[in-house]
Amino acid sequence: MKKKAGIGKVFLYVILVVYAVITLIPFLWALSSSFKTLEEIVSGTIHFIPKHFTLDNYKQIFIEQKMFPRWLFNSVIIAVTVTLLNLLFNSMAGYALARLQFPGKKPLFIIILAVLMIPVQVTMIPNYLILKQLGWLNSYQGMIVPTMINATFIFMMRQFFINFPKELEEAAALDGLSRLGIFFRIVLPLARPALAAQAIFVFMGSWNDFMRPLIILSDPQLFTLPLGLNSFKGQYISYWNYIMAASMVFTLPVLVIYAFFNRYFIKGISFTGSK
Amino acid sequence: MKRAFSKKEWREAGAGYLLLSPTLFVLLLFIIGPIVFAIFLAFHKVQLLGTTTFQFVGIDNFQRMLEDTRAKIALWNTVKYVIIVVPCQTMLALVLAATLNAGLKGQKFFRIVYFLPTLTSSTVLTLIFMWMYNQNGLINHFLKAIGLPTYNWLGDPDIALNAIMVMNIWSTAPFFMVIYLAALQEVPDSLYEAAELDGANALQKFWYVTVPYLRPVTSFVVIMGLIGTFQLFDQSYIFSSGSGGPNNSTLTVVLLIYQYAFKTLGTMGYAAALAFALAIIILVATLLQRKFSKEESLY
Repeated sequence: MKKKAGIGKVFLYVILVVYAVITLIPFLWALSSSFKTLEEIVSGTIHFIPKHFTLDNYKQIFIEQKMFPRWLFNSVIIAVTVTLLNLLFNSMAGYALARLQFPGKKPLFIIILAVLMIPVQVTMIPNYLILKQLGWLNSYQGMIVPTMINATFIFMMRQFFINFPKELEEAAALDGLSRLGIFFRIVLPLARPALAAQAIFVFMGSWNDFMRPLIILSDPQLFTLPLGLNSFKGQYISYWNYIMAASMVFTLPVLVIYAFFNRYFIKGISFTGSK
Repeated sequence: MKRAFSKKEWREAGAGYLLLSPTLFVLLLFIIGPIVFAIFLAFHKVQLLGTTTFQFVGIDNFQRMLEDTRAKIALWNTVKYVIIVVPCQTMLALVLAATLNAGLKGQKFFRIVYFLPTLTSSTVLTLIFMWMYNQNGLINHFLKAIGLPTYNWLGDPDIALNAIMVMNIWSTAPFFMVIYLAALQEVPDSLYEAAELDGANALQKFWYVTVPYLRPVTSFVVIMGLIGTFQLFDQSYIFSSGSGGPNNSTLTVVLLIYQYAFKTLGTMGYAAALAFALAIIILVATLLQRKFSKEESLY
């Protein structure tokens, strides 16, 4: 019996290790390619440790490629702004739907839930025409304003605030704080775990988005990194060393955020699963 | 029951609308407004030259779908993709979650590693895979080393879509794995103990206890998978530089919508009609899945 359990365990470990290798290889291969010379890249030999380790690819994309830092900057500005606005606005909406009484609350909540079901492709074309009419194509606001709220996270914040202890708010109300005062000074600071989970997903969604910038941004000055990387691919066909270096730079910020917020991340996904 | 609002209630309602105002603004201007606008577009021919003009064409845009060979190819590619990717990624996610949940050492390490693809943008993943799929790239070298045939992954119309499938199963399974992991924490130990008393081995416990218990989660994972795979765009776009090639083999419905809306002139209304068709296909697939999984649970 014991021996059998031992074999079972070895088998499970084999599955875990094999899949870990399958997961890691593409990343290690990309990382290794980003430190290789072009000669080694085109020679088609398979070495995970570069023969001539070089930082030139990184230098090239940051110094020679004037656009790359600019794209990085655009991506940061857009993703950070979208994240901050989402945190604020989704919490505000979630709180109002959870705690306040006002005419039209129920239909509004149902509409927000219904919006979750509509595929983006349906609204994408009219959105383009509306942004065009507003003169917001090729602008930061065209990227930011339509994505500054998110129905999934409004719903998540509502669930969070419904389970939030009422006593605290009642005590604050006795102290003479207004409804808005209670929300901004008492409730929001205590909602940090829910905000952290939300922040990661909204940031990643905005940072990694490809289709929206592809439609809205045509001026290379305003490209975000995914678009930039894609145009890079066209420009540097077979310069895979540059493309991989740029890909690594692009991936790093998300990994750093993940390292810090790992806990909340799992919580956020579990929430998505339980809704 | 009708009664006058007290001052306090008015104030509360005011605070409610104030807190909701950014949401209402975006909802009206960029979601609800556009849905109504999209219905309008689907029945019009749209010209973007100079000033935008709309010409009513009735149901022409919908009739056109029936005669459009590229639409048929795109739909067929997408359906093929959904039918293969959804079951594969769901099974892989479940197996990985169950393995991770077996209480082995180093679980945390493996979880972090498995999670990397979920964190990485589709653009970067696609570029990394294109590099690996190169004629003279890592994957072909590996296949040669173990004595298997090599492929022209990017250039062969019979293979290109499969290349995207492999990549996407690899990159989305970990996300669903986390959903399964959370659900696995809730399987009552007593069920396993009862199975053990009946003499079930580990595999039988997985098959007769874990899998049935997780059925509602599986249903959710499959629906999320359906919605995600029907909307495949980024990967095909980057793979084919937006063309859907080679020979339309990576053309998906969303890529086709994109091309008609933004790349060819005068077909924006048709693209809007296609987008509605896609929304309906996704809805029907979701409903079918629900019905199917409900019937299954009767037994």
